[in-house]
Amino acid sequence: MKIEGSMSTRENLVDADVLAKVLARGRSTGAEFSEIYIEDKRSTSAGLDDGKVEQVTSGRDRGAGIRVVAGETTGFAHTSDLSERGLLAAAEAAAAAARQGDGGVHKIALQPLLRHSVNNVRIAPSDVPKASKVALLERANAAARSIDGAIVQVSAAYGDSYKRILVANSDGVFSADDQVRTLFRVSVVASGDAGMQTGYDSLGHTIGFEVFDENDVEEMAIRAAKQAIIKLQARPAPSGSLPVVIKQGSGGVLFHEACGHGLEADLVGKGASVYRGKMGELVASPLVTLIDDGTMSGEWGAIGIDDEGHPSQRNVLIENGILTDYMWDFLRARKENRRQSGNGRRQSYADLPMVRMTNTFVTNGTEDPDDIVRATEHGVYVAKLGGGSVDTASGDFVFGMVEAYLIENGEITEPLRESNLIGNGPQVLKDIDLLGNDFAMGNPGMCGKDGQGVPVGDGQPTLRVKAMTIGGTAA
Amino acid sequence: MSTSSSNSSSNNIPDLQAIVDRVVAKAGKGEQIEAYVSRGGETAVRVYEGEVEHFVSAQSEGIGIRVIKDGRTGFAYAGTLDAEAIAEVLADARDNVAFGTPDEYAGLAEPDGVAQIPQKFWDDELAAYATADKISLTKELEKLTLGMDSRVRVEESNYDDGWGEVAVATTTGIRESGRGNSCYVSVSTLADDGDETQTGFSFSVGDSPKEFNLPKAAREAADRATRLLGAVKPPSKRTTVVLDPYVTSQFLGVLSSTLNGENVSKGRSFFADKIGETVADPRITLVDDPTNPLAYTATDIDGEGLAARRNVLIENGVLKMFVQSSYSARRTGTKSTGNATRGGFGGTPGVGCLAMQLQPGTQSQEELIKGVDDGVWIQMVQGLHSGVNPISGDFSTGASGMMIRNGAVAEPVREFTIASTLQRMLLDIVAIGGDIDWLPSRAVGLTLVIRDVTMSGQ
Repeated sequence: MKIEGSMSTRENLVDADVLAKVLARGRSTGAEFSEIYIEDKRSTSAGLDDGKVEQVTSGRDRGAGIRVVAGETTGFAHTSDLSERGLLAAAEAAAAAARQGDGGVHKIALQPLLRHSVNNVRIAPSDVPKASKVALLERANAAARSIDGAIVQVSAAYGDSYKRILVANSDGVFSADDQVRTLFRVSVVASGDAGMQTGYDSLGHTIGFEVFDENDVEEMAIRAAKQAIIKLQARPAPSGSLPVVIKQGSGGVLFHEACGHGLEADLVGKGASVYRGKMGELVASPLVTLIDDGTMSGEWGAIGIDDEGHPSQRNVLIENGILTDYMWDFLRARKENRRQSGNGRRQSYADLPMVRMTNTFVTNGTEDPDDIVRATEHGVYVAKLGGGSVDTASGDFVFGMVEAYLIENGEITEPLRESNLIGNGPQVLKDIDLLGNDFAMGNPGMCGKDGQGVPVGDGQPTLRVKAMTIGGTAA
Repeated sequence: MSTSSSNSSSNNIPDLQAIVDRVVAKAGKGEQIEAYVSRGGETAVRVYEGEVEHFVSAQSEGIGIRVIKDGRTGFAYAGTLDAEAIAEVLADARDNVAFGTPDEYAGLAEPDGVAQIPQKFWDDELAAYATADKISLTKELEKLTLGMDSRVRVEESNYDDGWGEVAVATTTGIRESGRGNSCYVSVSTLADDGDETQTGFSFSVGDSPKEFNLPKAAREAADRATRLLGAVKPPSKRTTVVLDPYVTSQFLGVLSSTLNGENVSKGRSFFADKIGETVADPRITLVDDPTNPLAYTATDIDGEGLAARRNVLIENGVLKMFVQSSYSARRTGTKSTGNATRGGFGGTPGVGCLAMQLQPGTQSQEELIKGVDDGVWIQMVQGLHSGVNPISGDFSTGASGMMIRNGAVAEPVREFTIASTLQRMLLDIVAIGGDIDWLPSRAVGLTLVIRDVTMSGQ
């Protein structure tokens, strides 16, 4: 499926007059709001495992989701049929689902189309031969295996996607964005006397194939391989409470879980967040300024418009420890009579939007990162975190450490086996007592909420939490 | 939780069968083709504070085509069944063939003569269930839950149903189609005490809504949240854990990748050279049995269209076999065990357990807890995806639950982890409950007691 003149395609996915008709049909049962989200996504992926390129996959996902809001009720239907007939049928289904009171005739006036993009794609992945994509996999495989005979298995994956979205609603919003994402992952297995260990690295950006000019897949593969080799010597992680130093760009997931989800207005609105009712209060160490920013060009969570047609923006959530705002989508902003914040996102046209993060990060402090380690008598140094999850109502959250070391007498010493760390969001935020001056963004993430995954970025400078519970087995 | 069912039965969806037959008929000389199509729909109702918060009604369909030539594989898919798109998908899959590395084991499944075990996957009553009834059922669940305890709020009450039809055909002679439907309700709770809030959940599953047990779901969701009010962080120590059926199901889910024949052949399982050895307590017999109609993920065919079958993976603690697809079987010189998995039309088959079940014991959860002097009853775990590594076996998860002292349930505890290794935990199982719970999951739940696990708290 070659995209002809892919990046310069500028015609709309569906004509504006058809959109207006569909939106009017959506309101035909008395609803006060209707919206159509149209997506046309083409993707290419390739995987290598066990030394072989397993297959190249081409994918096409195209369809529309129609949302109708009547009072507190949302009706939603989606279809892969983008003809006028198909869209009107979906609009009727959504309107019936949200039925309330008598109908009426509505006229929808769309604003001129707003095209908003924050990313600059130099080399459209669709213009790159598949053979060049596959070659990346083979280079990564060879590089990882060249490091050490203990590397017994390597898998690598390449993926790109080109997603055109168009959003229109009965308030007149009419916006479009073309979103390109390019992703590369490598994971390795090393085998030693004490069993097997794993290493992993990944990169993902909202730019095109030029991402590989600045990022060498062989270096990534070598990093992953070295991580696995180091872990072969790892000893069991400690059990209990210790100071934890988290390396720059490896621990943004801590904030994603410790407070990011808890600052999503849908959860706050239902009283399911430990941060409800805390606006203007000190919720973190005064060192902490937390920002969610969908405009960070090229970053994995960057979007020109959110999936409700609102331009992305930079939102300060916590400033010097004080809670300054939550994140908002259309429905929750409407309820609170305020502006939405560009955080209404969905996995695909088949899903309802909800409040989601974009790129979430903590800004720089003043400490030299080496001094943070030196100031720590006995603790754990986390060089790479894995995923995490949170119970937003209690604030309890976990995240995994996939590469970690002991800190003894202010020095990084022995590697540790994998384990989870557990903490309570508000407590951990207050316990951040040292913040470095070496800010970096981290690996690309896929955030899951209510069954939907969306790409998110995170970042932070090196920092120390003065006490966290480490879930290892060593006394 | 997926709302669509993997269930199917043979050759009764003529229009989908015709589509895959047409694609397969286009195979050229030396070319193997597999076409897989699916079509499905879902309804999702969410109620909050007595009102419908959302009502989702949707349908989707799509096709995936795999082409294999000279040991190279190419694949493409599209989320539509229009003829032009199907032609494009086939052309893309053919184009992609050139970029695969030749693999002597690449290929499609071939009919193996194993008979399908007929099951009922379609319920007419569910298919005809009225929208208004779905909504009132969801409201009823919210109301029942709120009525259980004045400290309880309901974050969301949900009804979900789905139906699906699939057809698959290959140049090697596979030709299957079928349909299924399923439904469940779920409820998420919040319990408040002053500044403190704790959460709970539960669900109820049935072939049709008349099989739901709403009062039981309401009771569980309320109890899970209120039980944890006042929970403290426990001290760190080695202890015995009693896993709730839902947690056991998650534990088995993690274990499944170690029993996957492809992982074994690619050096990603610590069980690789352990066939015939004792890997678990002798009380443990683990089967994968999608032919059991009580299993939520029961099916008559696997992701490649071969008959699903009952496989005994661990018997009295001894590792007996791994699960295989046709590809992993060719790699390892064995036969497919009917364990190809498939995530829908957008993916190619993988390997996995389809419906895991531990052979149950006889005791109730209450009796098992009575037998524990000093331990912790684990009601929920957090971070299975981040703290468990099925390749190394390292196991560490966040947890919450209740302390057990002298056989009695004591104070609630939270914000701690439990840790061991998967290898150790299998050997350290000391009791298995008889309290089978057919959860909406690939693994059946029951209470499991495991000794010598490290609890990390204060």
